[in-house]
Parts: sequence; C-alpha cells; structure tokens
Amino acid sequence: MSVSPAPLPPPELLKESGQREVFCGLTSIVWLHRRMPDAFFLVVGSRTCAHLVQSAAGVMIFAEPRFGTAILGERDLAGLADANEELDRLVKDLLERRPEIRTLFLVGSCPSEVIKLDLAKAAERLSAQLLGRVRVLNYSGSGIETTFTQGEDNALLAMMPLMANSDEEQLLIVGTLADAVEDRFRLIFERMGIPTVRCLPPRRSTELPPVGKGTRVLLAQPFLSATARALQHRGATLLQAPYPFGVEGSRDWMAAAAGAFGVPDARIAEVLDPLVERGRRALEPHRQVLVGKRLFLLPDSQMEIPLARFLARECGMELVEVGTPYLDRLLMAADLALLPAGTQLSEGQDVDRQLERVRAERPDLVLCGLGLANPLEAEGIATKWSIELVFSPIHGCDQAGDLAELFARPLRRRALLQLS
Amino acid sequence: MELTLWTYEGPPHVGAMRIATSMEGVHYVLHAPQGDTYADLLFTMIERRGKRPPVTYTTFQARDLGGDTAELVQRSIREAVARFRPEALLVGESCTAELIQDQPGALAAGMNLGVPMVSLELPAYSKKENWGAAETFYQLVRTLLKDQMPPPGTPKPSPSRWRAEGRRPRVNLLGPSLLGFRCRDDVIEITRLLGEHGIDVAVVAPLGARPADLIRLPSADANVCLYPEVAGPACSWLERSFGLPVVRTVPIGIGATADFLRELHAVLDLELPAELQATDGRPSEAERRSRLPWYSRSVDSTYLTGKRVFIFADATHAIAAARIASRELGFQVVGLGSYSREQAREVRAAAAELGLEALITDDYLAVEKAMGEAAAELVLGTQMERHSAKRLGLPCAVISSPLHVQDVPARYAPQMGWEGANVIFDSWVHPLMMGLEEHLIGMFRHDFEFVDGHRSHLGDGAPSMAPAVDQPPPGDAAAPGLEREATTATAVAIQAPPTVAGEPSWMPDGEAELAKIPFFVRGKVRKNTEAFARERGLASIDAETLYDAKAHFSR
Ligand code: SF4
Repeated sequence: MSVSPAPLPPPELLKESGQREVFCGLTSIVWLHRRMPDAFFLVVGSRTCAHLVQSAAGVMIFAEPRFGTAILGERDLAGLADANEELDRLVKDLLERRPEIRTLFLVGSCPSEVIKLDLAKAAERLSAQLLGRVRVLNYSGSGIETTFTQGEDNALLAMMPLMANSDEEQLLIVGTLADAVEDRFRLIFERMGIPTVRCLPPRRSTELPPVGKGTRVLLAQPFLSATARALQHRGATLLQAPYPFGVEGSRDWMAAAAGAFGVPDARIAEVLDPLVERGRRALEPHRQVLVGKRLFLLPDSQMEIPLARFLARECGMELVEVGTPYLDRLLMAADLALLPAGTQLSEGQDVDRQLERVRAERPDLVLCGLGLANPLEAEGIATKWSIELVFSPIHGCDQAGDLAELFARPLRRRALLQLS
Repeated sequence: MELTLWTYEGPPHVGAMRIATSMEGVHYVLHAPQGDTYADLLFTMIERRGKRPPVTYTTFQARDLGGDTAELVQRSIREAVARFRPEALLVGESCTAELIQDQPGALAAGMNLGVPMVSLELPAYSKKENWGAAETFYQLVRTLLKDQMPPPGTPKPSPSRWRAEGRRPRVNLLGPSLLGFRCRDDVIEITRLLGEHGIDVAVVAPLGARPADLIRLPSADANVCLYPEVAGPACSWLERSFGLPVVRTVPIGIGATADFLRELHAVLDLELPAELQATDGRPSEAERRSRLPWYSRSVDSTYLTGKRVFIFADATHAIAAARIASRELGFQVVGLGSYSREQAREVRAAAAELGLEALITDDYLAVEKAMGEAAAELVLGTQMERHSAKRLGLPCAVISSPLHVQDVPARYAPQMGWEGANVIFDSWVHPLMMGLEEHLIGMFRHDFEFVDGHRSHLGDGAPSMAPAVDQPPPGDAAAPGLEREATTATAVAIQAPPTVAGEPSWMPDGEAELAKIPFFVRGKVRKNTEAFARERGLASIDAETLYDAKAHFSR
C-alpha cells in the first residue's frame, strides 16, 4: 500500500545560500557508535573535528569512547606518504588496545579531503593487512560535503558493498533506531505476519542484512538519500510512507510495510488500531499545550519536514516556516503531501536573515540548534533544541506522546515560571 | 598524526572566538566550513550566553572550492561589517581554510573597510586554543596601539607618575575571558581588593572591553597579568613597547594574594601597609581578611593533614593549587600536572619544589592513570578529571578550564583574593568532609540505621562492584556540552581486579579484613599489600599478610 507521491502542495520554497548554522556529518558518530558497539569510528581530521565531536557528544561520560580523532599534524600535511604510514601505525596501535572492535570506520573530514588523503585506499590497505579480523570501511563526514545527519547516510552507504545479494523476501528498516523502539517495531511487524524484518545499521556491525529483489526498504529516518537510492540499485523497492513520527505517521509507515507484504487491511487495522488509540490518548495532554501555537523550524537535522507534518496535523500547531538543510523530494514526498497547503518551506540557510524573519514573526516556539537556543530565549522566544531529537527514542505510535512532550515542555515551563 | 579521544583545548580559532566573544564591538569573520559553527554552543550553552558569539562563518562547501572562495570571503566580510558595524574586525581561518590558502586577512586588507582590522594567522595544525586566545589578544592590542607607540629611546613612564599627576594609581586587569575559570567573579574580587588599597582599575580586558578601551591601556601605571595563558604575550609587548610594568603574581590563595599585593605596592611605589609586612612566619594581619587561615588552623581541619591530593589543570590554576594545597591546607601533593605546554617550565618548577615530576600531557587517559597510581584521596582538576575521579570513586573539585556548565555557578564564586580563598576552602574541603562522613557510615554500617552502599553525595560514582558501563541508558539524551551524569555506576579502582596468573590471590579472611578498611584508602592498601606479597613471593594474601604489609609500609 505505497502512498503514491501526491502532487506537491504549492508550498513556497525559499532557497537560501548564506551562512549555515549546522553541524557537519561527523556528528552522526555520536549515535552510530551507540548503535554498533563493536565498531570504532576514527575521524581523520584536525583538532577542530575532535572538538566538534566531543562538544556534540558530551563525551566526558565515557571511559574510553569508541570514537576518536587521528589529528593531522604539520608533518602529515607535508607528505601524504608519511600521513598514510602514520595512519597505519595509529590504526594498528588502536586495534591492539581494542581487540573487541570488528569494524573500523575511517571517517573523512574537511582537512583530509582537501589534502586528498585517500581514505578509501587506506581502508583497503588496512583491511588486507588485518586479514579480515577487522573490516575497515571509510566514508565522509566532512562539513564541506555533509551536514549533521548526512554522516549516517554516508556510513550506511559505506557498508553496502559488504551486504550479500539475496532475493529473499524481507522488510528492511533503514536508519538508526533506539534498540527498544526497534524491538517494538519488530514485534508489531511480526504480529501482522511479516516473516523477515531486518535493520540497517544492524546492532552488530558484522551482521549486515542481505539485499536484493525481495527487499522492501522502509526508511526510519528522513536523511538517508544516498543509501535509499543505492538500495534501489541493488534491486530493493523503496516504500513510500511518511516517517514514523507521531501516531498518524507511524501508522501509515507500518501500514505501508504491511501492505507491501500483502497483509490484509483488516489484519493491519486489528494490530494497529489499538496502538493508534493509545498513542492518541498519550498525545492529548501535550496537544492541548501545543494547539494553535506558532512554530518556526530552523534547518538542522533534516527531520524538520516530517516533524512539522506531525506537529501541524496531530498537535494543531501553526507552521510559520519549515527550514530544511536540503530538500530531497523523493524522500519527503509523503510528508510534503501531508503538510498544510501553502506552508512556507525554506532550503539551505542564511542564518542572519532567517533570524530576522524569526524576530519579525515572533513565533511561540522555535526548533533550532544549540548555538541559537539561549540567544533566542534571551530575546523572549521559546525554543526546542533539535539535537535532542536524534538522540531520543521518538519513533512509533507509543513514542508520539513523548515526542509531543519534548515540544510542549518549553511552553509548559514558561507558563510555570513566575519570576517577576 | 596523533590519536585523540578527548581534548583539553580546542583549536586556536576557538581561542580567537573567546577574545571576540568576551569583548564588545568586535566581530570575527572566520573562513570555515559549516561544521565549525559548533563552537557557538560553547558560549551559548556552557556559559549560558544570551547572545550569539559575534562570529560570521563563511561556511564554504566542496562545490565552492572549484569556484571563487575568495569572493565568498569578501562577501562575508562586507556583509558582516554592514550588519554588525564592528569597531574592530578580526579576520581569520580555521584548519580547513588554512589549507586552501585564500588568505582572508590579505583580502580584507584590500577592501577599505574603514575599521581597524586584524588578520589572524593561527596555525591550526600546531597550536591550540589558549595559544590562539593569547595571540589574538596580543594582535588586537598591537593593531589598536601601534600608532601610539613611543619612538625608541623614549624614557619609560614612571610607574609612580600617579603621584605627580595628583591622582590614585591605576592598573589594567588583563586576561579574563569567557570559558576561563571564574573570570567574571575574579574581576569583581580583584577590583574590590585593589580599591581597598587605593588603586583604581583602568581597563579590564578582554572581558567586557571595547576596542576603545584597549586604546586606553597605556594610560595605566601597570598591567596586572591575571591569566598568563591569555594575557602573557600582550603584557610583555606592552612592557617592551610602552614601558608598562607587569605584576605577574597570580593572586589565588592566601600567600599568593599577599605576595600579589606586595608586588603591586612595590611596582607602583606605594607604601606597604603594616598588615602586609613580613612577620617572621607569624600570620600577617592581612590574611585575617579571609577565613581560610583560621579554618585551616582550627582543630576540625586536623583530619586534612597529609591528605593525598592530585592536581591537573591549566598552568596558572595548577601552580596556584599546589601552593594552597601544600602550604595552606596541609595536604600532601602527590601529583601535579598541566596540559598547558606553553607554561610547562613553570609547572615543572612548581612540581620540583614539591619533590615531584610534573605531568605535562594532553592525554586524559595518562592523567587518569597517574591519578590512580598516585593513590590520591582528592583530585583537583578540570571537568575531565572530575569524570576520571568519578570513575575511580574519588572526591574531586574542579579548579580550571575546560568547563562544564555546572562550573559556571550562579552564585558569586571567585578564586582570587581573600574571598576566593574562602571559596576554595569550601569547594575543596567539602568533598573530603563528605568523604569522612562516609567513613563514619562505613564504620557504623552494622548499625541498623545504616545500609551499606548508602553513599549519598558520591551518587552513582560511588565505589561499586557493578561492571563498567560506558553507555548511558537509551533515551537519556545527553545535551552536548552538558551531558548529564551517567546514571549507571562506573568502574572503580577499588573493584577487585581479575586474578592474573602469578599474582598473589586474596584469601577470604584477607578480603574480609580489607573490607573493614575505609573505602577511600582501601585501594591503596590493596595495592600495597599485593606489592608486599609479590616482593616476598607469597602466593596468597590472608589477614596476617595484610597486617604484615601494614607494618612494613607504616613510617
Ligand atoms: S566542518 Fe570539517 S573541519 Fe569542521 S569539524 Fe566538521 S569535518 Fe572537521
């Protein structure tokens, strides 16, 4: 039951190309390393890259994190031969210390790309040296190539050559989910009678799912453009559905999968209706806080469009502007179709101009990155940090209430505080 | 190439951001890719700033690289100047832009901007944050003052000219900056302290200063170099070029505050008040202005004697802490180190005075290892050491950057001057005091009122036999730069190490005896006893071995 891409509403699309206020793709290491505890992410970059990852992660709680940065020094810049040798040495040391690591990702950064350090070659070379004990892969998380969540897209793409070909019928959920949420979805799909459900990325980096003609891909995250297309190239079918945020989105998302496996509508309804009913109940108290409130979404995680759809349709919020770092119409088709007609969309950013629009509109709530949150609060505008959305379990009918609560909390808090 | 899991200092352009953001009327155009905008959150989240840092990033992308990134730089500069109307402009690049060599400074120089412009060259592949801050501050001061420089051979102004001019002496306070440790309150405290001695403050910079204030720097009689990490080079240049003497004692702790005042009076040719005169070892009157000296002498503090303290911080705070710990609180400093390579010499000298070898490193795992090996009972460090100490089950006080949001307290909490000493007494002694209470709980744990493991203040970092867990529970989203404390118990040194072949093993009665020892020395006793048993080739350790070892190690 794929939702066919509906004709686009006539949203105004504002394209901007000024200063962006977005993290780079390195940031996705923060959730990817949690998802695959047997993988290590080694950024090959500068002190800036190391500082970005630790600032984004709040790394300090880790004894020895499963990610690190090989910081390029002046010597590495002077000669690439040396840099390659150094990298090999460093990887050898690292893997000796961390024998539990099965997959090593070499993550490219702006500096490594500008000096044309060939990490693909390095990965090949190291894989050969390590004789299959550890698989070495590479991808780019650089800020000149990727924003924030695109790092995950590239990481998944890098694993794809290791995925076997198989025409076996399977549902492939693509995009990192919290483990508990994944377990829930598996259970629900099982109840509906879908025989084989697999996930990319898997929990163990070595247990990659196969892919082929029998694969139906259900995207759990809206930022996996390259991965989705590459899976299609391998014969998989891309299911069209809104993303599983909110009750409606989650229901349609699960139903799209079930429909594709020929599960009768009655059975789908039997399994999903109670979830929908419960989800709506959980949502209700937060909807009451959010209804009629005006929301401005700054571009950051690429989740803005599906979130806007959820907050408008299920929580009754009014959308002032929906920003997105880039607009992938294929991946956003179902969500775009559900946005209220005439929604103001913006692609890219010119942060100073965008903030001028925020000030002029004085929305009740702004979804934005951490660099902007306190400054907007200081101007009297309530904010919700976007980064929390990529770390929190927010997918599925059962999390719809929690997701709405994340947006309602800043407004509730404002109502509580009586300071003057 | 160097493997880094966590870094004490950011790249040098973050140092430049600290200067720009600390000041008013300064704008920084940074040629950098979009990811580098993360640095804004250091200020807006850790320092809770209600304003965006005054930084414009060019956020160039790969597709721009084929074309004209220079044009992008110029456009960014032009728009930033038009939008923010800065009184001084910094132009520079981060690590990536350094490689593509657009030379934004040179581009800006050719643009006729009508504002003073500093072109920053901060080598990203060899230098770090504090160096970048110091260099930026120095370059900015130099740019704004170079027209005023007296010709060579001009006699130095007399630091006592205030007398001839019929005014109070005045000094500049240099170095306080955002993301520095307690700078906001130190400035207030030192300003008050100087006021008590009839000394005015001319300019505080960079914190809160405008470019016009920097132009007034030479009007002071002397510079006080409060934070050498940031103000060292600027103070030296002002001394060379304008003959401004520099007061270099950093007034953290009782002794250092008194020394600071003595140095200041000498430099300004002020008469030293009686209360600051040397007193052959007896307490000087001035120290009565702080409670630390009496609190430290009072009987309650006897139990602080010889407490083993491990110190790791930036150079300024590490050196100050070592002096306070050893001379003013009667602790035993068992480790001293710093990540500030620029000031390594001073830290080494301070360590040598205490019979130690300084640990100069930016590898936090090496610091954690040294902390464990030193069998410390209290850790004074950065927020990184706070985490390491937590893992080892040790009490800790944060004394230096890098900071966590909780190290920027709402209350007045200076480190410098007399009040700073009070704050230090409380914040270092409380964790230990609580430790003592825990000891009592331990002693009375068979009493019905006490349940073993009830160690309230250490929270989840308390010694535990739980396995190491390095993942927060799902859904416990960590806000960047503000991660919540891990809610899972973490591994602890006191935890029984796995038996290794050839190592003496613990007999049940030995373990039972060990368990009676207060938790905060248990790790040390375990280690000593094992070393003792190994030395004697014993295969097992029973209660007797433990007491033999105790006798052997007692001095
Ligand atoms: S934007 Fe580039 S240089 Fe900056 S942190 Fe990201 S990868 Fe590193």
